[in-house]
Parts: sequence; structure tokens; C-alpha cells
Amino acid sequence: MACTVNGRDVSLDLDPRESLLDMLREQLALTGTKKGCDQGHCGACTVHVDGRRVLSCLTPAVQVAGQAVTTIEGVAGEDSGLHPLQQAFIDHDALQCGYCTPGQIMSGIACIAEGHCGSDDEIREYMSGNICRCAAYVGIVAAVRQTADAVRNGA
Amino acid sequence: MRAFSYVAPDTVDATVAALRTAPPGTRILAGGTTLYDLMKLEIETPPAVVDVHRIAELDTIDAGERELVFGAGARMADVADHPVIRTAYPGLAESLWQAASQQLRNMATVGGNLLQRTRCPYFRNGTEFPCNKRDPGSGCAAVGGHDRAHALLGGSDACIATYPGDFAVMLLAFDAVVDVTGPAGERTVPLAGLHVEPGDEPTREHVLAPDELIVRIRVPATPAGRGSTYLKIRDRESYAFALAAAAVGLTVDADGTVGDCRIGLGGVATRPWRATEAEQTLIGGPLTPQTARRAGEAAFAGARSGAENGFRIELGVRTVADALRIAGERATR
Ligand SMILES: Cc1cc2nc3c(=O)[nH]c(=O)nc-3n(C[C@H](O)[C@H](O)[C@H](O)COP(=O)(O)OP(=O)(O)OC[C@H]3O[C@@H](n4cnc5c(N)ncnc54)[C@H](O)[C@@H]3O)c2cc1C
Ligand code: SF4
Ligand code: FES
Ligand code: FES
Repeated sequence: MACTVNGRDVSLDLDPRESLLDMLREQLALTGTKKGCDQGHCGACTVHVDGRRVLSCLTPAVQVAGQAVTTIEGVAGEDSGLHPLQQAFIDHDALQCGYCTPGQIMSGIACIAEGHCGSDDEIREYMSGNICRCAAYVGIVAAVRQTADAVRNGA
Repeated sequence: MRAFSYVAPDTVDATVAALRTAPPGTRILAGGTTLYDLMKLEIETPPAVVDVHRIAELDTIDAGERELVFGAGARMADVADHPVIRTAYPGLAESLWQAASQQLRNMATVGGNLLQRTRCPYFRNGTEFPCNKRDPGSGCAAVGGHDRAHALLGGSDACIATYPGDFAVMLLAFDAVVDVTGPAGERTVPLAGLHVEPGDEPTREHVLAPDELIVRIRVPATPAGRGSTYLKIRDRESYAFALAAAAVGLTVDADGTVGDCRIGLGGVATRPWRATEAEQTLIGGPLTPQTARRAGEAAFAGARSGAENGFRIELGVRTVADALRIAGERATR
């Protein structure tokens, strides 16, 4: 199976049983992507495949052959500075334990790109697939909104 | 998870060829959000899967004048965001964007969505519970057990598992059909005839053969599309299955008389449920809070509750009445 992960070519011998999540964490040591429920409920494992957010725990790794996978390790800017949404999470105290955070940020980046950030209600609806046990939701919505507004204003 | 062999054909023809020679028990894999999940839980144990998720000719959306045509591989998120669907068929869009999460909707296909399996916790969570669907003849832990989310309509002594999907309920209300193909040829199955009630054979959930591929879903264009809503009531505001849901499509004449009326029920039955008697109570008369309430009561006249799910009958009645109000407003806008 060949694909790219964060822009790098990857070629692996895969058992078709293996999830994309396990491939990233166990084979590529990219442990930023978290395993919460492993059943599609929590969003902690969110990554992008060809630019769209998906759950890596419910994606058989063989399915992403030829596609571009992006994980939290791949979102930083060219100078390895933080992605604006990462900075916004810090600004708005949008995390406590941090376990859900990589998934929140991957989901948030996609939510902004999709244009589903028209109002706080729309952000809540389109971020509802990412559960936060610490209930940092107020900060998460604020961070996504700030970043979405900045994008809209051409920053 | 059990080991399985994996093929990913590029075309529908190659898929049919692969299904023709596939071993018994082979399953079609699309987004995997039902199938791969249940394989991880070892509830599904296919020896082989045929992956259709990346077949381009299945990933199509065509909102035509005479009918809407969704390729079976179209993603839920893309159909939900389609501008024509959003404006001319708001109920269809709602039945999609209010289902699952955006990540799941990016993965899940509309074809796979129709055949998703029940969320009955006894079915999903393990062999210590009897379950006729998972282990035929073992009994049903939900009958007389924790049945809060189980079906009020269409159940049997053998199984009361709720059909959990939303989209199929709205499609049923719009008289949709599915075109299928397979080694035995092509045929068209109306949505009304796709799913079956459990009866004494709860392992059988629909009429398709294991080697039949859904190619597309077709919805006849209707003015009731504009006057439609999918109202979904949940334990939390978003990202949950329905406790009760109503799919309604209406046309209302200039004098306020209901012309066309379609009512589907979601989250309360063992299959997508059409409330035909409820529709009949409204056609040709006015839509008022009283007639809407009466239609809701007609829809649930045959409901049978168990230990913990009785509250969902009144909830369902009110959901139908409220959905009729919303659809009525849209139909007369
Ligand atoms: C946490 C969670 C929450 C969810 N919430 C909701 C919700 O609120 N509302 C809702 O409606 N759904 C919900 N779902 C279910 C989800 O929408 C379905 O799992 C999904 O739509 C299935 O599509 P898929 O492409 O992933 O199908 P798969 O999992 O790949 O397949 C599902 C079934 O369909 C068969 N199949 C797939 N494609 C075809 C085809 N073309 N022809 C013939 N057979 C085919 C497969 O063999 C399998 O039996 C939820 C799922 C999860 C995990
Ligand atoms: S309701 Fe159906 S799926 Fe649930 S335990 Fe009973 S037989 Fe199994
Ligand atoms: S680990 Fe994938 S959704 Fe929870
Ligand atoms: S910060 Fe702890 S789970 Fe979200």
C-alpha cells in the first residue's frame, strides 16, 4: 500500500484488517493522532484524507492507497511555527487534558475550509463529532471562530 | 478481527465480476462506518470484502428536473451540502446533516447508509447477551430488558431492534427507488420494499442478495420537496441517533387545503416506516394544530411499548405534529 503522509511517500506491507489509526501510530510512530473509543464515537482520531476530515479508527488503512493523509504532525507552517488554529487554541484556553485536542484541531481546520463556520451554532453543529471529556467547548468554539474570521478577512 | 481477503475493483462491471466468483459470506465495503466497525467487534466476520468506496462512477449527484439521482457511492456530506437539495428538498438535506458527524458523513456513502445495521446494544456489545440477530435462536435480551431505544412499531417476539437510519425514512416518504445490479442481472427495488420487519427471522434486514450492488438511488421530483422537513429528536442536540423522528413532505393549496402529504417515521420502528393512515387523515382538509396532533396519534395508533420506551409514543406523536407545522410553513412560503 502506497500513499503520502504529511507530504512524505509511504509504502507499507499491510494486513487489510489494520486501521489507518493503528498504521499511523504503530507503524509510522505518529502518535499525535489519538485513540479514544476506536468505534467512531469521539473524534480523537480525526485526520484528513485528500483534504477531507475522516475518522482514522474506522478507515481500513488499505482504503487510502494513493491518497494524501495529513495528521496533526503535518499542519504546522513552513517555518514549523504553529498553525493559526493551534495558536488560537492556546489563546482561548481551548484544552485541559489535551487528549481530544489533535482531533479537535484537525476537525476545526476542515470545518473552516468547508465553510461551516457561519455562526457559533453552525460551528457547534459541525464540530459535534469531536467530544471533549474536559468540556473545553466554549474555548474550542471561540478558537475556531477566531481562526475562521481571520481566514474570511484575508489574514 | 477475523482475517479477510480484500479487493478494490475500479468499475461497477469489475465489481460484479468479483462478486460472481466471491466466496459465500463476502461483503461489499463502502465507507466502512457500519461494516468495518462491526468487523472490529467480530459481529461481522466476512471471509472476503469487495471495496467499492473509490469507484468514481458510483460517486455522483444529479439533481435533475424529473428526478434526483444519487450514485450509491456519493458521500452523505456532499449530498447534504448540494445547493439544489438544500433549497428544493430541505427535508432530505436535514436527514443527512443531522445524522452522525461531519467526519462520518465524509466517509459514509448514501448506499451504505440505507443498509446500516441496528445500534441495539445487546447486538453490538457481546456474547453474554442472547440476541436472535447475532446468534439465531438464542433469544432477545431487549424484550423485557433495557428497551429504551427499541422499536415501537414493526417488532416481533424475536426482535425489536430499531432501524437507526434517517435518510432512508425521508427517501421512503418521497417514494424513492434503488437500482441494483449483480451477477443475476439488474433490477429496481422501491424503497418501500427494501427493508423487512424482523418477524421470526431477525437476521434478514432487507431483500437484497449478498452479491447485489446498489448502483444508485432515484427520487422522483415533487413539489412536496420544498414543503419538507426531517425533524429529529435526540438525547442531545447533535450527533446522536433519533429517539423519534418525522419525515414530512406537504403541498398546501391556496385555500389552505392539504394536497399532497407524506409522513415517514424514524428511530421508532424496525424499518423505515411510512405512516399512510396518518397521511390520509390530512389530505383534503386544513392543517391546524389539532389536525396535526390527530395525524400524529394516527401514526402511532399501532405502537407497542415495552418496559422503558413508552415515553417515546407521546414524543413521537408530538414530533409528527411539530414536523407537520414546520413543513406547512415551508410549503406556504
Ligand atoms: C458514531 C456513529 C454515529 C452515527 N449516527 C448516525 C445517525 O445519527 N443517523 C444515521 O442515519 N446514521 C448514523 N450513523 C451510521 C452511518 O450513517 C452509517 O454507518 C453509514 O451511512 C454507512 O455507510 P458506509 O458507506 O460507511 O457503509 P458500510 O459500512 O461500508 O456498509 C454498510 C452496509 O451496506 C452494505 N453496502 C455498502 N454499500 C453498498 C452498495 N453500494 N450496495 C450494496 N450494499 C452496500 C455493506 O455491505 C454493509 O452491509 C452513525 C455511525 C456512527 C459510527
Ligand atoms: S432487539 Fe434484536 S438485535 Fe437487539 S437483542 Fe433483541 S434480537 Fe438482538
Ligand atoms: S477513536 Fe476514532 S472516533 Fe474515537
Ligand atoms: S481537553 Fe481533555 S478531552 Fe478535551
